Amino acid sequence: MTSELILFFILAIVAVASAVGMLLSRNAVYAALYLILNFATVAVFYLMLSAAFISLVQVTVYAGAIMVLFLFVIMLLGAEHTGRLSESGWMFWTPIVLGAVLAVEALYIILRQWKAIPATQAAGSDFGAPAAVGLELFQNYLLPFEVTSVLLLVAMIGAILLARSKKA
Amino acid sequence: MNVQDLYAISPLIVLVTWATLLILVDVYIIRDRNGGTPILAALGLLVAMGFAIAQTGQQYTAFNGMAVVDGFAIFLQVLFLGSGLVGIALAYNYLQRMGIERSEYYILLLYSISGMMLMAIAADLIVVFLALELLSIPLYVLAGFGRPKVEPEEAALKYFLLGAFAGGFVVYGIALAFGATATTSLAGIVQAVNAGSANLTLLSIGAALILIGLGFKVAAVPFHMWTPDVYQGAPSAVTAFMSVGAKAGGFAALLRVFVSALPELAADLSPVLWVLAALTMILGNVVAIAQGNIKRLLAYSSIAHAGYILMALVVFGNTQVSSDAVAAALFYLVAYAVTSFGAWAVVIALEKAEQKGLALDDYAGLGRKYPGLAAAMAVFMLSFTGVPPTLGFVGKLYLFRTVLEGGFIWLAVIGVLTSLVSAYYYLRIVVIMYMRDGDPQVHAEPWLRLTAGVTAVATVVLSLYAGPLFAWASQAVLKLF
Repeated sequence: MTSELILFFILAIVAVASAVGMLLSRNAVYAALYLILNFATVAVFYLMLSAAFISLVQVTVYAGAIMVLFLFVIMLLGAEHTGRLSESGWMFWTPIVLGAVLAVEALYIILRQWKAIPATQAAGSDFGAPAAVGLELFQNYLLPFEVTSVLLLVAMIGAILLARSKKA
Repeated sequence: MNVQDLYAISPLIVLVTWATLLILVDVYIIRDRNGGTPILAALGLLVAMGFAIAQTGQQYTAFNGMAVVDGFAIFLQVLFLGSGLVGIALAYNYLQRMGIERSEYYILLLYSISGMMLMAIAADLIVVFLALELLSIPLYVLAGFGRPKVEPEEAALKYFLLGAFAGGFVVYGIALAFGATATTSLAGIVQAVNAGSANLTLLSIGAALILIGLGFKVAAVPFHMWTPDVYQGAPSAVTAFMSVGAKAGGFAALLRVFVSALPELAADLSPVLWVLAALTMILGNVVAIAQGNIKRLLAYSSIAHAGYILMALVVFGNTQVSSDAVAAALFYLVAYAVTSFGAWAVVIALEKAEQKGLALDDYAGLGRKYPGLAAAMAVFMLSFTGVPPTLGFVGKLYLFRTVLEGGFIWLAVIGVLTSLVSAYYYLRIVVIMYMRDGDPQVHAEPWLRLTAGVTAVATVVLSLYAGPLFAWASQAVLKLF
């Protein structure tokens, strides 16, 4: 057993445990913290797949910025304690049924088609490296990249406009 | 990137830069709420239109195949910029009258138009998605412009939630199309399909999801549920712009993606589009009969007209007919835009604060008291119905002709029958205006009167000289290289 495989299993256990912990915790702040742990573990997975750039984006954007926003909203709204969900009715059963369908589907694919999945080619060593992503972003995807900045600006103006009080 | 790339998107650059500078100018130089912002915004639209018209006759791709300049793009860009001008004219006095005057209206309007223009030149599914969001997000905000009242907030929230949901469908569809062809470029998809390396089943599912997402935007049945509530709750000037601009933007994407990139999927998707078009025409026209509120009636009317334009899309796989179909769809978009803007101008003239003055009964006596306005409204209603000599009639004629050329006789029959149904509720407004007594209150500000007058004249006159306009639309064929 290689050290990489051992590391993978440790990380996998942490990732699954933190995801389950997020679902089960009754306090929304704890749930958010579990989610951060989950994001960080997935970031290490990316690193093991030698996708350094995506790993860093995962940490800064998801585990960093978005989770801070989540925590802000939870604390500002004072919604730390989620009420107990009623254990009947469609709100309770629909996710369970859908989740079961998804689990069966995944099991079917894993068991039946395990051999049929073609072996993937190893990506080049510079695939997904920051320099490669940057070149791609500023050459082929320059137009979408610039338009995204306009989109964010518009969203910002819109949010300020809607949130501002009438008098200001 | 080179100079030609920048030249290709020069109308877009002008408009976005203008809008962004206008934010600063508005805050630091104009300050006063009723200053020159609307006039400056209109000037920006005119300058951008100049840049767009200057590209007439050119055909090339830019930004490594992300954008394309062709007749289709230029035609639609001019249409979008023109509807922006009308959008400003309709809002100018209306916002003041309703007490929701804020110069951000004009800035958001410019941004929304820039999204539509991007849609017109998009040659890559990623650009299509970004354009869709760029045209939608300002509209979500504009729909809630009348807050803090209940109706605009309801409209904005519904539009936002369903729009975001629809955006998810589009992204999922794009992801599946990428999975099927290993590219998001429209030209690349065509190449992959022709080379046989594409997974056509996956591509069909992706295209269907994109169709669902864009179906929300153009308000096609069964994705139309938001339309009446949003059209009713949003300020009328915004609704007018939304009913024309957002719809034309959605159809720009549908035509570009389906006609130019996916004709091979026609066997699977044409029947789907057939059903969508038929349902949209039937439901829009039948439910409109029951409406007593003019804004809701026009909302269902706009759903029905989306159905007519969808008819052009049904023949997208037939390469002999599809360029005619695109021209017919573009012509109908222009006819619908002119007629719809005129009708909304009349609605805005009669609207009063607190959602008053919008019932059909409020139009009683308009014919006697304001003959000019009533005559204009009658022209618009006839054009919506498709009675000659109006643009609506010529537009429907071209649409039915392409559908028949494509061999979809029953669809054309449904189109004609639903047009007959629509005569009932359109002509009822004319009857109420001329045959019933009443004392309508009208705020006929100069810009409103100008808009109603110009569009009424255009509805009639352009229908008599429809040939050149259709010829221009026919040149607007899709090129992908």
